[in-house]
Amino acid sequence: MDENLLATAATNGVVVTWNLGKPSRNKQDQLFTEHKRTVNKVCFHPTEVYMLLSGSQDGYMKCFDLRKKDSVSTFSGQSESVRDVQFSIRDYFTFAATFENGNVQLWDIRRPDRYERMFTAHNGPVFCCDWHPEDRGWLATGGRDKMVKVWDMNTTRAKEIYCVQTIASVARVKWRPECKHHIATCSMMVDHNIYVWDVRRPFIPSAMFEEHKDVTTGIVWRHLHDPYFLLSGSKDSTLYQHIFKDASQPIDRANPEGLCYSLYGDLAFAAKESLISSDSNRKPYIGDRRHPIFFKRKLDPTEQFEYISSSSALSVFETDVESGSMDWFVHTAKQYALAGRPLAELCDHNAKVAKGLDRNQVAQTWTMLRIIYSSLGTVSSTNLNHSMGKGSTTLPLMNSFNLKDIPSGLGSESRLDRSKGESRTENILMDSSSTLINNEDNEETEGSDVPADYLLGDVEADEDDLYMMDHENPHAEEQEYSLPQEAFPLRHEIVDNPSALDHLQDKADSPHVSGNEAETVSLTPVESFSLISISHSLYENRLPSDFFNPIVRDTLLFYAEQGDVQTAVSVLIVLGDRIRKEIDEQTQEHWYTSYIDLLQRFQLWNISNEVIKLSTCRAINCLNQASTTLHINCSNCKRPMSNRGWICDRCRQCASMCAVCHHVVKGLFVWCQGCSHGGHLQHIMKWLETSSHCPAGCGHLCEYT
Amino acid sequence: MEKRVQVSPPLTRGPSAFIPENEVMQANGLDERTNLLVEEYSTSGRLDNITQVMSIHTQYLESFLRSQFYMLRMDGPLPLPYRHYIAIMAAARHQCSYLINMHVDEFLKTGGIAEWLNGLEYIPQRLKNLNEINKLLAHRPWLITKEHIQKLVKTGENNWSLPELVHAVVLLAHYHALASFVFGSGINPERDPDTSNGVRLIAVNNFCVCDLANDNNIENASLTSSNFGIADSLSELEALMERMKRLQEDKEDEEASQEEMDTRFEKEKKESLLVISGAFDDEIVSTDVSRYVEDPGFGYKDFARRGEDHLPTFRAQDYTWENHGFSLVNRLYSDIGHLLDEKFRMVYNLTYNTMATHEDVDTTTLRRALFNYVHCMYGIRYDDYDYGEVNQLLERSLKVYIKTVTCYPERTTKRMYDSYWRQFKHSEKVHVNLLLMEARMQAELLYALRAITRHLT
Repeated sequence: MDENLLATAATNGVVVTWNLGKPSRNKQDQLFTEHKRTVNKVCFHPTEVYMLLSGSQDGYMKCFDLRKKDSVSTFSGQSESVRDVQFSIRDYFTFAATFENGNVQLWDIRRPDRYERMFTAHNGPVFCCDWHPEDRGWLATGGRDKMVKVWDMNTTRAKEIYCVQTIASVARVKWRPECKHHIATCSMMVDHNIYVWDVRRPFIPSAMFEEHKDVTTGIVWRHLHDPYFLLSGSKDSTLYQHIFKDASQPIDRANPEGLCYSLYGDLAFAAKESLISSDSNRKPYIGDRRHPIFFKRKLDPTEQFEYISSSSALSVFETDVESGSMDWFVHTAKQYALAGRPLAELCDHNAKVAKGLDRNQVAQTWTMLRIIYSSLGTVSSTNLNHSMGKGSTTLPLMNSFNLKDIPSGLGSESRLDRSKGESRTENILMDSSSTLINNEDNEETEGSDVPADYLLGDVEADEDDLYMMDHENPHAEEQEYSLPQEAFPLRHEIVDNPSALDHLQDKADSPHVSGNEAETVSLTPVESFSLISISHSLYENRLPSDFFNPIVRDTLLFYAEQGDVQTAVSVLIVLGDRIRKEIDEQTQEHWYTSYIDLLQRFQLWNISNEVIKLSTCRAINCLNQASTTLHINCSNCKRPMSNRGWICDRCRQCASMCAVCHHVVKGLFVWCQGCSHGGHLQHIMKWLETSSHCPAGCGHLCEYT
Repeated sequence: MEKRVQVSPPLTRGPSAFIPENEVMQANGLDERTNLLVEEYSTSGRLDNITQVMSIHTQYLESFLRSQFYMLRMDGPLPLPYRHYIAIMAAARHQCSYLINMHVDEFLKTGGIAEWLNGLEYIPQRLKNLNEINKLLAHRPWLITKEHIQKLVKTGENNWSLPELVHAVVLLAHYHALASFVFGSGINPERDPDTSNGVRLIAVNNFCVCDLANDNNIENASLTSSNFGIADSLSELEALMERMKRLQEDKEDEEASQEEMDTRFEKEKKESLLVISGAFDDEIVSTDVSRYVEDPGFGYKDFARRGEDHLPTFRAQDYTWENHGFSLVNRLYSDIGHLLDEKFRMVYNLTYNTMATHEDVDTTTLRRALFNYVHCMYGIRYDDYDYGEVNQLLERSLKVYIKTVTCYPERTTKRMYDSYWRQFKHSEKVHVNLLLMEARMQAELLYALRAITRHLT
């Protein structure tokens, strides 16, 4: 090998050799101008000093003997541009050429007429290839499709044995000397780093050099047998010699543990094997069934270089069915009515659904909403009574115990304990309500605080009502004016039940009167409530009609915060414009996407679609307009139909025949998803009115709904 | 009042004002072509004149339609109405009311806000920001720098994300180039019943028919001088073929030095200056179009202007479509890269091995000359191309046509179309137009994508 010999290829198609040993200033040795287009690559023969191979854009590869003026032989790639040529390291006569159309060809240097083998390696141009220095059958290729592939050429058909996916198109690949599985790559665009991969571990580079500020244009290992030095050149006009120990190792920064929850509360956990095994003597949680540990592929431990264990263990913990059950979610999703009826009905319906699933707080919310927003004053008192009075086991009620049942001694500590999570929020709500009341109280009766007031009433007898009122408190601050209405019919048959509509008008017209009215009304039933009621009615005087929006908003935010986006979104949809402006677009969008995501995980496609359709967010609405392409396969040959909907290109048959009239269907085609027979919409409709079997006679019981 | 304006009836009833209808309709591979047209009709519900004219080249049409369909209707970073509005903005740069009308309809159909159609003042600032890059891309793409890109993507209320920007750039380039095709092939306005009443039709006719077919009374020195007889043009064809053959055969004979090649490129570049397509002082831009245009005075200025040589030549090998452009585009707007790649490849390799009456001709050099000449006018230079070839292969009237179609498509006239290559078939001239269109699109894309790449690094 001649150390002084250098060959270059130019964009104008010239191949130049330089002899650095020349004494004169001009080191140029030979000039070959045989290529008509840009020459993409030149390559010396690994053992023959004078043999040079070039590959050009014009589709030709030429072999030059540097002792002669012209090329020795020309190989034609059939007008496809050649991107890279590489002599095989072990095989004296063989070279590989890669092409812009994704093909790789193997040539015998003695036979310029025809390639020995050809296979398609990549989708799009193959920019580079490299023969493995030790294993003579291995060829690595890199392409515009961002892949590095390793081919085993020993078999009759080139077999892909490894594939590494990079983040940008691959410009250069170079096997690392002395390391059987390591390969260095750099990319052509966007990404400036040089990676060294272990091809057996294709998802994370084993080393990375990040020095270059612009695209790396070339890489080479400094010495044939030294795996520690890498040279690289770049468009940022720098040349680096990298020492391997300087390389950053992304593995160190990668998170070695993975954790994921499934829909049903199962937990999967993957970690390094060593961690798991040391952990295994720990007692598993009660109620968890521990599954066998799955091992990923173990690597060959005989590997000599920086062998990093990539085996890890995956454990799956199953939670018992009861606690993690999401049935309520599915049922609620299915049963909620979101549109198509008056607001009041929707709210009633949804409240009933929620109650049916023992989610009384949600049910309450729906009822509240209905009262707030539907102006009709016909509150079905029975319904209300029902929903509140009965829910004695639910959390809100417990919290009301919590607050003021200490004097009355109705301890329910066990239950309280269980509901710690909720009680926190409830307390907050209670607090806010009490401060609210306190503030107003200052005007009327000073110093009286809420619990004391409650105690005025006969706690024993009116337990239900008390709870109810109290339970109202979280919402009470939201619905001052409605409170008297719904509260009082509970115990007494109040003759004069002011409708909300009246109320509103009163408010607008003569605040004073309405204040009085409310006051009187509220004073009638139970003394203990009077203070709250009064304060509310006072407040009421100054209220604009959509005063409650911020509070409803807070309620929704509260639910979303709790993880119950279902309620938040459902309320959002049902209330529509009434509340939409209160909540900023992004939050809405966030709720929608989370809810839709949940629905889709539970495979509730119809409901998720309905939600998308009903949503008022532009971003969400668009979801339904994307991916609307329907791909169909031919019913005869089962191949995808590319062009027209009715004639298959391959088998030349009409694919979509109407099973009833046996004509080709153009236009609306309806078919059974069970047996894939179908036809004109009208025909099928008519047919299935009279018969339940498939018109094609296949015996399938088709359904048309 | 408006309705009284007398509209001269279109010269031909076919899809193009330049090409007789029967030329468009008769074609080789009729079966395949019908299939394709049927498919297009069934997917888009219409068969516009562009499609009809392009259908002379069925293979190309397929990849054209596929990429256009993808960028307009398939999943992409931009919302559908935006895409059509961008198409309108792009077409308006060349006052191509044909495309504008088409996309005004589409814009409304996809749920666009009708108010935007009142003009650029009514559109959101975000779209407005696109004006600058639209203007540059259409007329002087070499002026696009990474600063322009930075301005668009820098975080703020109206910023563009990179994928959105790439989508927009692809749309802009596509519609600038398509406007070239529309004018270059003299596409007639659609005879759509719902646009045929009222102002719009008049505006349309003003442009596409009156201007083009009536030739606007341009006295063009270079054109009048080139009034050959039939005999002349026959020998002209023979001569052209002779030159092509010579170029292909004994290329190696005269090896030009690097310096010589440089000067040849410079010469070609300079010469494109002299190719002027008549003065258009009295450009009447209808308000229908001008409301989509900002800074209407901005037009193509020759890349190689005498006296200011500071603009660096774009060396094609430094930023090629295959290596760089594709990777970037595909990264930011997935799959469009493949479609465009296929389209460029298709148009570059398309040949029937015929020239006028002759068969079995290798037209590679001619195609390459056309393609590279367009790039040359945009200052893109191929190291491995001898620009002397352009001079030998492309006659002056053709150069005038090329320059007009790519740089000022709105000034194309039937006379220009007729004056070059008299012996050639219309289908071959359409082929030329396709080449020009794609070359132009690629040039614009290269400049824009290079700026984006520079912004990224």
